[in-house]
Amino acid sequence: MTDLTAGGVNAPAIRRVEFDTEEAKARLRRRYRSEFRFKVYGFAALAVTTTFLLLLLSSIVSKGIPGFFQNVIVTDVLVDAGKIDPEGNGDAATLRAGDYTAIARAALAEAIPGIEGRQLKKELNGLLSSGAGDALREQVLADPSLVGQRVKTQLLLADEADVFLKDSSTTIRTIADTRGIATPTGTTGDVTIFVGANDFADDIAEVKAELKAKAAAIMEAIERRKARGAGPESLKDLEREAADLRIRYEAAATSETLDSKTPSRLVAINGGIVKVKEMTPTLVKGEVIIPLKSTADAAPGTWQIRVYEKPESNRNLNDRGLTFLEALKAKGLVENRFNWAFFTTGDSREAELAGIQGALVGSILTLLVTIGLCLPIGVLAAIYLEEFAPKNRMTELIEININNLAAVPSIVFGLLGLAVFLNFFNLPRSAPLVGGLVLALLVLPTIIIASRAALKSVPPSIREAALGVGASHQQAVFHHVLPLAMPGIMTGTIIGMAHALGETAPLLMIGMIAFIVDVPTSLTQAATVLPVQIFLWSDLPEPAFKMKTAAAIMVLLAVLFVMNGLAIWLRKKFERRW
Amino acid sequence: MASWYALVAVGLFIAGYILAGSRARAVAGGDYAGMHSLPTYHGLYTASLAFLPALFIFICGSFIAGQLATYSAISALPENIQSDVLRQGAALREAINIVRGGSPAAASAEVQSAAESYGSVLSAGQWATLALGMLAGFGGLSWGLSRVSMNFRARNNFEKLVHGLLWICATIAVLTTVGIVFSVVGETYRFFFDPDIKGKPTVFEFLFGTDWNPQAAMRADQGDIQTAYGFLPLLTGTLLITTIAIVVAGPLGLFSAIYLAEYASPRMRAIAKPILEILAGIPTVVLGFFAALTVAPYIRGWGEAFGLEVASESALAAGVVMGMMIIPFISSLSDDVINAVPQSLRDGAYAMGATKSETIRQVILPAALPGIVSAFMLAISRAIGETMIVVMAAGLAANLTFNPLDAVTTITVQIKTILVGDQEFDSAKTLAAFALGFVLFFVTLVLNFIALKVVQRYREQYD
Repeated sequence: MTDLTAGGVNAPAIRRVEFDTEEAKARLRRRYRSEFRFKVYGFAALAVTTTFLLLLLSSIVSKGIPGFFQNVIVTDVLVDAGKIDPEGNGDAATLRAGDYTAIARAALAEAIPGIEGRQLKKELNGLLSSGAGDALREQVLADPSLVGQRVKTQLLLADEADVFLKDSSTTIRTIADTRGIATPTGTTGDVTIFVGANDFADDIAEVKAELKAKAAAIMEAIERRKARGAGPESLKDLEREAADLRIRYEAAATSETLDSKTPSRLVAINGGIVKVKEMTPTLVKGEVIIPLKSTADAAPGTWQIRVYEKPESNRNLNDRGLTFLEALKAKGLVENRFNWAFFTTGDSREAELAGIQGALVGSILTLLVTIGLCLPIGVLAAIYLEEFAPKNRMTELIEININNLAAVPSIVFGLLGLAVFLNFFNLPRSAPLVGGLVLALLVLPTIIIASRAALKSVPPSIREAALGVGASHQQAVFHHVLPLAMPGIMTGTIIGMAHALGETAPLLMIGMIAFIVDVPTSLTQAATVLPVQIFLWSDLPEPAFKMKTAAAIMVLLAVLFVMNGLAIWLRKKFERRW
Repeated sequence: MASWYALVAVGLFIAGYILAGSRARAVAGGDYAGMHSLPTYHGLYTASLAFLPALFIFICGSFIAGQLATYSAISALPENIQSDVLRQGAALREAINIVRGGSPAAASAEVQSAAESYGSVLSAGQWATLALGMLAGFGGLSWGLSRVSMNFRARNNFEKLVHGLLWICATIAVLTTVGIVFSVVGETYRFFFDPDIKGKPTVFEFLFGTDWNPQAAMRADQGDIQTAYGFLPLLTGTLLITTIAIVVAGPLGLFSAIYLAEYASPRMRAIAKPILEILAGIPTVVLGFFAALTVAPYIRGWGEAFGLEVASESALAAGVVMGMMIIPFISSLSDDVINAVPQSLRDGAYAMGATKSETIRQVILPAALPGIVSAFMLAISRAIGETMIVVMAAGLAANLTFNPLDAVTTITVQIKTILVGDQEFDSAKTLAAFALGFVLFFVTLVLNFIALKVVQRYREQYD
């Protein structure tokens, strides 16, 4: 007898679920809450990832934008024939070899007259780049008749001065409402300025407050270290420093010596500037940086106290250089210009002269080798595997190999290049040829996989139709399937090239890390590429190089975005649904 | 030289194509339908017959000429340099540089003479190669021309050649693997067992030593610094940074994938997918710069606010940024496997009254688990092999520690540090880098293999 009477005695008791009890409602609320939480987690993960990306991009862009600009002094200079062409023969070789730096320095001395003493002159000339005269040289070479005349030109500033102008972290405070009559004792060298009122009392109080804060910070650091169990020996220096500071700030407010660890104070009086070394409420002793016009009494309000808030020891540009630079700026001679030279010069030890042209050309040469090798090889390999390969162990081995190679770390390809191309085949080090070979092997799996996918997406009917009208298998593939797969193959190739363009590690292994000033012109010349240039610059301590690094990164990212955009556009334009 | 050869080879190719093509046209006399192959195929076949032997001879010839030249340069060197492997290698490199147009002034007389004999043998070999290549090329050309006839199966013969070319291209991937294994395993074997290499460790010392200090090998005069090749601190450093990276990227990548696959509207997907793709496309050197200049100081400042001592090149900074790098990797792979779970499973769960999150947790994730595990394996293998982020943001000091706030070093950092700059190819130090490369290659290979096996073994077949 079949079990028709299912509701009989043996049937399990049905568990009744009540939906409108409080308990059930609470359970439902709990489930909905957990549902909501889960959804929020997912959204938060995406949001965090997006934030990461935005932080990365904004940090690069904010550092990199100043790297595209360059501060120059724009002024009239006298192209002194005695300095560039003393014999007056006027040929290009003589003009090229002329001492344009001397002319640039003369122009600077003209802009801030009266600077004497070796040290001060050195600081003033130090504002100029070692390539300050290059723009003038180009002008003179283009038009030799300029020799002996006054020419408007631009003089490149050294990187410290340039970075100072770009970086707003040093604020300059000016105290203009001075109350006493100030009397300087001299116009150059070390001078004392007597003041009729206690104008410097506030400054002394400020300095002492700073010293106190600093001592407190040191004491706190000592306590923290003690808490972590640091021995008394290691704390000795810190304790001594704190004690010295305490003596200074606890002393009566009569006299204070300024050092490079506190904000610098300067007095601008009678057209000159004096750097304060020691001050009491009514007098300052100091060193003249820009000579005074006279020792006449200065009425209250006609002289000023200037405070450079960032201590000298925390800046790359010292007080003298800063003062000269501010004077040049006040005369309106400093201009911030777009730095075209960044794209037209090679690497340099001087940050303000360094450019990316060498690296860009190196990248192009390397990528030419890469695409020249891996596009044909990749496409032909894909055709073989997709269309002609028999199903056997060899084919299987090749397929496993390709998938594995795609996951091998890129640095291992560098080791391969070093051992095989450099040491076995004796190819030249640092050359775009070897770099291109290594990158070709690196991106080959990507291109093969993309090309296979593209070939697979062409419907079999195309192939069958070609075979049906009598084409050979190869004719069907090369004349009909391959052209239809081409957009997909190109998309994959561009993405592979973008990958190759950003790759750094394997190129370090084959020596593309050398410092190379010249723009490479052949495949076997030593060269570097853009990512390696970025790596090299990021290692340098100068802040100006940090800006250049970020600027070079922006160029690299821009190129990559364009390449990826092109790939997406190609995919959209030629995408075909069969 | 190579460009001359290329010119000759291309000339042979073009000549073969034109001559054989026109000859075939003459033979056919307008009766193309009666001919087995089109004239184009006759041209292509003869062109290949002329080009391929020339190419083959070029490859063999330049290799043999290079070897002979090296041999003659070595025999031109004095006895005492020949017997010392290191000095011989250095002198040889110098001589080759001179021949390539380097700095001849700085070299010694012995090296100069070696360079001369190298140069003369090399150029003689190259000329001989060119002559032989041209001979073979013309031989192939004339043979091809002689075969042009109405019934000659030029297309089939040419297609056989093309088929061979396709096969060669496909096996280049295998050759690459062979090349990697050859270079990495060979040098690693020498590192451990070559009796000529001084100061090398035993396999046991390498695998279980706790000191890593290869730099001391450079300065033999500084006797008190012990050279050590203990691999453990590098392993722990690599694992520490990888762990941090996975801790960051695992949840973020997986939850992003779940959100994108299950919750996001098409518009949301259209925005979020490109963001992940952009992140995936950012070169690692850029991420390294970001890690070293922005993240590391930030973490340091943060740690100090809590009274923690943070190294300026902390493992945490490198690990977090490396996590950023692998988020798109994990999320795109997981997204694919989640999308591959059949809709019927979801519908079944909804029909039982499950909420969306319950469906995901109890139905979709278990079904997609093999794929997700394999995605994590691949992500780990990528993190272990990543170089630039750690080179720029992690330290050089080999500390044996698990504190994420300390500086650690990794396998890839040490490979880069040892091999960048001038290196003697026969010193223990350089070979140590290859031993590290072998470890790296092996570990990533094993991880990829496990990833593959996990998917194969545990994948549920739903169709």
